[in-house]
Amino acid sequence: MHAIDYEAPTTLAQAVSILKAHGENARPFCGGTDIIVQLRAGVRRTEHLVDVKKIKELQTLFFDAKQGLRLGAAVPCIEISESDVMRRYYPGLTEAAHLIGSLQIQNRASVGGNLCNGSPAADTTPALIALGARARVVGPNGEREVPVEAFVVSPGRTVLKPGELLVELLVPAPAPHSSDAYLRFIPRNEMDIAVVGVGASLTLDGDKVKAARIALGAVAATPILAAKAADAIIGKKLDDAALEAAGHAASDACSPIDDMRGTAEFRLHIAAVLTRRVLSIAAERAKKN
Amino acid sequence: MAASTTTGDFKVIGTRPIRPDGVDKVTGRAKFGADYAFPGMLHGKVLRSPHAHAIIKSIKIDKALKLPGVKAIVTSKDLPQAENKLEQSGELTVNPRHLSMNILAHDKVLYDGHAIAAVAATSPHIAEEALRLIEVEYEVLPPVMTVDAAMRPGAPILLKDLRNNEEGDKPTNVAQHFQFKRGDVAAGFKAADYVIEREFNTAMVHQGYIEPHNAVGIYNSDGQATIYCSTQGAFDVRSLSAHVLGMPVGKIKVVPAEIGGGFGGKTTIYLEPLSVLLSKKTGAPVKLVMSRSEVLRASGPTPGSKIKVKMGATSDGKLVAAEIWMAYEAGAFPGSPVAAGALCIIAPYTVENFQIDAYDVVVNRPKTNAYRAPGTTQAAFASETVIDELAEKCGIDPIDFRINNGVKEGSPQIMGPPFKRIGFIQTCEAIKNSPHYKSKLTGKFRGRGVASGFWFNAGMQSSAMVNIHTDGTASVVTGSPDIGGSRASMAMIAAEVLGMPMTDVRPITADTDSIGHTDVTAGSRVTFATGMAVYEAAKDAVRQLIERAAKVWEKKPDEVEFRDGMLHAKGNGVPPMSIKQLAPRFPRTGGPITGRASVNPRGVGPGFATTVVDVEVDPDTGKVQVLRCTIAQDAGKAIHPSYVEGQMQGGTAQGIGWALNEEYFYDDKGTLRNSSFLDYRIPTCLDLPMIETIIVEEANPGHPLGVRGVGEVSIVPPVAAVANAIYRAVGVRMTQTPMSPPRLLKAILKHRGAAQHSAAAD
Ligand SMILES: Cc1cc2nc3c(=O)[nH]c(=O)nc-3n(C[C@H](O)[C@H](O)[C@H](O)COP(=O)(O)OP(=O)(O)OC[C@H]3O[C@@H](n4cnc5c(N)ncnc54)[C@H](O)[C@@H]3O)c2cc1C
Repeated sequence: MHAIDYEAPTTLAQAVSILKAHGENARPFCGGTDIIVQLRAGVRRTEHLVDVKKIKELQTLFFDAKQGLRLGAAVPCIEISESDVMRRYYPGLTEAAHLIGSLQIQNRASVGGNLCNGSPAADTTPALIALGARARVVGPNGEREVPVEAFVVSPGRTVLKPGELLVELLVPAPAPHSSDAYLRFIPRNEMDIAVVGVGASLTLDGDKVKAARIALGAVAATPILAAKAADAIIGKKLDDAALEAAGHAASDACSPIDDMRGTAEFRLHIAAVLTRRVLSIAAERAKKN
Repeated sequence: MAASTTTGDFKVIGTRPIRPDGVDKVTGRAKFGADYAFPGMLHGKVLRSPHAHAIIKSIKIDKALKLPGVKAIVTSKDLPQAENKLEQSGELTVNPRHLSMNILAHDKVLYDGHAIAAVAATSPHIAEEALRLIEVEYEVLPPVMTVDAAMRPGAPILLKDLRNNEEGDKPTNVAQHFQFKRGDVAAGFKAADYVIEREFNTAMVHQGYIEPHNAVGIYNSDGQATIYCSTQGAFDVRSLSAHVLGMPVGKIKVVPAEIGGGFGGKTTIYLEPLSVLLSKKTGAPVKLVMSRSEVLRASGPTPGSKIKVKMGATSDGKLVAAEIWMAYEAGAFPGSPVAAGALCIIAPYTVENFQIDAYDVVVNRPKTNAYRAPGTTQAAFASETVIDELAEKCGIDPIDFRINNGVKEGSPQIMGPPFKRIGFIQTCEAIKNSPHYKSKLTGKFRGRGVASGFWFNAGMQSSAMVNIHTDGTASVVTGSPDIGGSRASMAMIAAEVLGMPMTDVRPITADTDSIGHTDVTAGSRVTFATGMAVYEAAKDAVRQLIERAAKVWEKKPDEVEFRDGMLHAKGNGVPPMSIKQLAPRFPRTGGPITGRASVNPRGVGPGFATTVVDVEVDPDTGKVQVLRCTIAQDAGKAIHPSYVEGQMQGGTAQGIGWALNEEYFYDDKGTLRNSSFLDYRIPTCLDLPMIETIIVEEANPGHPLGVRGVGEVSIVPPVAAVANAIYRAVGVRMTQTPMSPPRLLKAILKHRGAAQHSAAAD
C-alpha cells in the first residue's frame, strides 16, 4: 500500500475545505471498516483521508417524538444498538446496525459509512429506506437533502460530489401503530455479507395496513425501494394472501446477479421469503405501539 | 466415556496437563514465521498471474528495478533446470520439475494466482508497488476447470510433456489411472437385492489454516543458506528447496517456526526458495509473507472430485458388490490423493466383489496438497451416502448396517492383507450407545445422519533425543513441528518412561542441523512414530542411568533396577537413588546422559471414526443448522485425551464446513472469486454446536503404548453424515458439495414440485 496523508478536522467548514482542496484525491474516513480494507486490497486509491469522526454534527444521536431522529453520519453502530430510544422507536434500523460484522466492527463502523460506501448489500441502507430517511449533505456549494433510496447510484458510487460530505440522516418520527424490521439472509450465522436484505416499516389501522415501505438490498445494482410490494398490502389485512402478494411483488422488483454469494434464482426466491417474514415481524411490533 | 483395551499403569499418560507451549502462545511471545526479523532484512512480494491458463510471451522487469528501494527481482530464469522424475518426499511423491514450475511459472501460467516473479525491496509497500511495474505479456488460453472438461477428447492440454500409463505417447490431462479390484463384480451385483447407483461432485476446498505461508531466507557468501518458516516438515522444506535451488541438502538449514495451522497444507514449499534466491541476489535476509488471498489462490487446497458409486446389498443387509469410478482435480500438476481416496472409499467394510477406477487429472487450478486424510472425505461422502440409502432400502438401522458389514481383526484390507487389531466396530457401538444416538430427535425439518470413515495413518522416519540435565530434569528434542499439541505428548511419554512429573520435561522442536532426519508432521504420525522415538530415547537414557547408578554402587548394571523414577540396587539395603540425586555424579561416571533413538516403524495402526449429526433445515431458504454432533474415534491410546478430543473436534468442524458452505468459486474465465475468509466460508463459532467426543481405545499392537494416529480420520465422516441428516430432515439426497443454501433450496423445491406433481396425478 502507498503512503496516504491523514487529517482530522473538527468543524464541518474545515472538512469541506480540505475535501474541496484535494478534490478527487481525497476521501472522507469514518470507522474505516470499508475504506481501509479497500485501500489495502487496492480496489480504491486515494491520497488523503479526511477523518470525520471529530466533527460534532456527525456524532449526534437525537430523537424527538415529533421531529423524529437525527442520526449523525459518524455515530458508531454500537451506540445505536445500545440506545434505548433506537431500540424502542426504530427496532429495524437498530437490528440492521447490530448485524454489521461483529462487536469489534460495530465499535468502529457507522451507518453513514455503510451508506456512503455505496454497496448494494449494505445492511442499514434498506432499513433507512424503509423508514423514509433523508440524507443531509454539505459541500462547497452549501447544503442539500437526498432521499436515501436515491443516494446510491451504482455499486460503490453515490450522489456525493467531490468536496461533499454526509452530515446526518433524518428519519421521520414513527406514526402511532407503526414499527419497522430488518432481516437478511446469510449462509452462515455471522460474518457474512447479505445475500438478500429486506427492510420494512408499516403502520396499522385496526387490522389493516395503512402505510408501508419495503426496501431490498443485494438484489440489484443498488439498494431499492419496492413500492409495488408495499402497494400489495396497503389497505389490506396482512394475511397469508397479502404476504404472498407482497413477496411476489418484492421479488419482481429485483434484478439480481449470480455470484459467489448466491445465484440470481436463489435471490429472487429469498427476497419473497424475507419480505413475508419481515412484514410479519414489523406488524407484530406495530400492534404493540 | 472410553472403551479401553490399553492396559498399563500409567502415571502421566492419559492425564490432561497444560501444554508446555501454552504460555508463550497466550502471551503472544510464541514466534511464528512472520515474527522473524533480522538487521538489514528486505521484504519480498510475489507477482501472480491474473489468468488461469496462458503462455508467458515476455516479462519486462526494467521499470520495476528502477523504483527506488527495489533491490532484486527473480523470475524462472533464475531457477536451475530441475529434474523431471518422481521422488518420494515424506508422504508426497514429488516431481522436482513440476515443483519448480509451481514456485515460478516457466513458460506458462496454469492457474489464477500462479507465481511469475518475486521482488525484494526495502519495505513491503515498495515491493508491492514494484509488482505493478513488471510488464508481462500473455497469450491467453482457454481454461480447463473441471475433470469433465479436462478428460474430454480434444481438451486443451495443460502440460505438453505429460503422459500416462495407458495412452502411450499421447499428450493428456490424465496423469494416472489406478485400478483396484477383487472378486467378480458382475456376479456380486447379480446376488444383490438392492443396487444403488449415484454420481457425486465435490468442490475444491482449502484447509483454512489461520497463519499464511511465510519464509525468511538468508544466503551467505560461503554458499550456506538458512530458512526460517512455518512448516509441517523442516526436513521436507530442506530437501524440496534443495531440488528447486539446485543446492546440496547439507548446505541448507531450515528452522521451523511456531505454526498457526497446516492440516496438510504446509507440507510443501512456495516462498522458501524465493527467499533464498532473493537473499542470494541482494546479500540481505529476505522475508516473504502471503496475504490471505494469495493463500487461497496459490497454496494447495484439496481436490474437487467427481465420483460414481454403484453398490449392491442383499435384503438382509450384506454388501456384496461395489463398482466405483472417481476422478480428482490434481490442480496444475499431477499428484492428487485419488489413489488414497480409492483405497479408503469402502475400506471400513468387507465387500467381496469390487472394482475401483481412479483418475488423477490436471486442471487450471492451484496444485492441490494434502488435507487431513487426503482424498478420503470426498470419497466417503459418496460411499457413505450410498450405504445410508442401502441401509434404508433394507430397513436396517444405519449403524447396525455398518456393524454388520464392518471390518475387524482379520478382515482383508483393500490391498489384500488382513487388518491387525482395529476399532471400527467399537466406534459404531460407541455411537449406538451414546446419549446422543439414544436421544429422540423431535421437531419439524430435523434429521439425524450417521457416517463412518477410515484412514491409514502413516509411520515414516523420526528421531528423538532425551537429555538429562545436571539437575536431573530432562529435555526432549524432536524434529516434528508441533501442529496439534504434540510437544505435550512427547513430554508426557518421556516423563512416563523417566518416572518424572511432566513439568520436569521440556520438549522442543529442533532445526534440521540439530536433530536426526525426521519426516513431515502429517499422516497422523507424530504421536505414533516420533512418540515411539521418544519412548525409545527415554528408554536409552534409562539404560544409561542404570549403568551410572551401577558405577556409583560398584555393582553390575543387571543388579540395578529402575522403577517409578528411582534407581534401586537389587538385594541388600542400599537406599534407592533418584535421578536428581544421581545427576550431580554424571561428570565422574562418564559425562552427560543423552538418550537417542531413530525409528522407521512399520506397525502403523489405522484409524476409524463414526459420527452422528442432527440438523435442522429451513425449507424456505435451504439453510442448515447443525444442532448436535458426536464423534467416536479409535485412538489406540490417548496420550493426552484433551488433544485427542481437539483433533476429533477440529476435523469434525472442518468436515461440517466442507459439507455446508466451503468451495472454490471460479468464474468462467477461471478467476477465483472468493479468495477471502469473507466469501470462502469456513464455519464460525455460531455455526457449530459443541462437538461431543467419545475416545475409543483399541490398542495398536504395533506401538509400545498402543498409539494410533488421531489427527485425520475425524474429517472423513461429517460430509456424508450431514448429507444423510439432511435427507432425514427434508427428504432430499444431496450429491454435491457444498450443500449450500442455494443448492439445497433448489433440491427441496424440485422435490416439493415432484411431490405435488405425483399428488396431483394420484
Ligand atoms: C469484518 C467486516 C464485516 C463487515 N460486515 C458487514 C455487514 O455485516 N454488513 C454490512 O453492511 N457491512 C459490513 N461491513 C462493511 C462495513 O463495516 C460497513 O459498511 C460500515 O458501516 C462502514 O462504516 P465505516 O464508518 O467503517 O466506513 P468507512 O470505511 O470509514 O467509510 C466507508 C465509505 O464511506 C465514505 N464515507 C464515510 N463517511 C462519510 C461521510 N460522512 N460523508 C461522505 N462519505 C463518507 C468513505 O470515504 C468510504 O468510501 C463489514 C466490514 C468488515 C471489515
